[in-house]
Amino acid sequence: MKRNDGRKVDELRPMEAKTGVVKRADGSAMFKIGDTIAMASVYGPRELHPKFLQNPEKGLLRCNYNMMTFSGSGDRVRPAPSRRSREISLVTQNALLPVLNMEAYPNSVIDVFVELVQTDAGTRCAGICAAAMALADAGIPMTDIVSAVSVGYLKNTLLVDINAVEDCDLHATDIAVACLPRSGEFSLLQIDGDVNQKQLVEALEKAKGACKKIYAVQQKALKEKYKK
Amino acid sequence: MSNLKVKEKDIVVPGEVLANGMDFLPSQGTFRDGDDIVANMIGLTFIDGRVLKVIPLNAKYIPRPGDMVIGKVTEMSFSSWFLDIGCANRAMLSVRETQEFIESGVDLSRYYRFGDYIVAKIIKVTRGNIDLTMKEQGLRRLGVGKLININTSKVPRIIGKQGSMISMIKEKTNCRIVVGKNGLVWLQGEPADERVAAEAITMINEDAHKDGLTERIEEFINKKCKGGKDEKK
Repeated sequence: MKRNDGRKVDELRPMEAKTGVVKRADGSAMFKIGDTIAMASVYGPRELHPKFLQNPEKGLLRCNYNMMTFSGSGDRVRPAPSRRSREISLVTQNALLPVLNMEAYPNSVIDVFVELVQTDAGTRCAGICAAAMALADAGIPMTDIVSAVSVGYLKNTLLVDINAVEDCDLHATDIAVACLPRSGEFSLLQIDGDVNQKQLVEALEKAKGACKKIYAVQQKALKEKYKK
Repeated sequence: MSNLKVKEKDIVVPGEVLANGMDFLPSQGTFRDGDDIVANMIGLTFIDGRVLKVIPLNAKYIPRPGDMVIGKVTEMSFSSWFLDIGCANRAMLSVRETQEFIESGVDLSRYYRFGDYIVAKIIKVTRGNIDLTMKEQGLRRLGVGKLININTSKVPRIIGKQGSMISMIKEKTNCRIVVGKNGLVWLQGEPADERVAAEAITMINEDAHKDGLTERIEEFINKKCKGGKDEKK
């Protein structure tokens, strides 16, 4: 099957990544996959306000996902927090938590801001990739870097890294996956559409392979900052 | 079979496997996961016999007892000041830990006011409570000068081996310099000298992981200082 942008079924869109893009942040990163661009900045660990959220046993990871007003195709994205952006903030947070040791930061918060500059499907995955890189760039101890990709089915064909045209197809199944590349564990799994057990297992296997490729890009970008 | 997967001074990222097998031991910046030794943060590897270590390239300050830090007074209570030392929790300086004798009930802003910068030493860290003392030589309120924010992981490079780097900068630029472990550097001198010293310190902050640092900094200061004197003539 030929895809609308000429890719093979298991081919990722071209990727680009960079760290240190926000100078005033403790850590920051840009992750670009195809026409989707995510920017993430990390502040902290710092004092947590409002104070009633403070927990003397462990720190809080606070993620914020936002699509910029001009980022979509066509209509202006309304800047207020939506049900969708709150959900994605939450899944981003849950996808990143397994690699962090929040017990080390009592009464504190690590703030992660993910902004989507340009969107062409797979934004939550690009956001997680950027956020993981920004956390590493901030020098926060982590057990692994999280990589994420969306896989899916269109007319019973397994596709890796779904783009907007494929995502908008009425019969498409979209599976967002975040993976810890070293252990192969998953920290995010969201399914939108129909899929049976056999298809899901197959899709996850493919996603794991794709995450390894994304991880290589993330790793290279993190090191690039310190090379001449 | 144990084998090492990295070389000395390699840049590694979190989750990168440094070595397999039980012949190696994890130290700062690394942890053991099953058979592997894995890096915990972005940094440079150091191999000391069997011990593997990762020196962070970028890190937020983690307070430890015995550290000399520079803090800014942000809060006051009836018997103590609270200082912002650049980490998640504020540090407490009790009136008992100052060099002067302070009577109880006295307005504490007569001694140190909001916004004052103070060099102090950490005596105790317990679950987010940081206690400071000023009862040692050289611990004082900082007067007029220049403050530079650098990364905490670069502080050892600014000081250098047995203080070689910092004494070289002090000597060549005639500045008084105080380096806080938390990444704040205070310096005071003639305006032109101050600028050279500040530039040198910023340079170290940015290029600390590259080779031949001391020579490069020395060369930089020599060039700048000469230029400065010529201008005065």
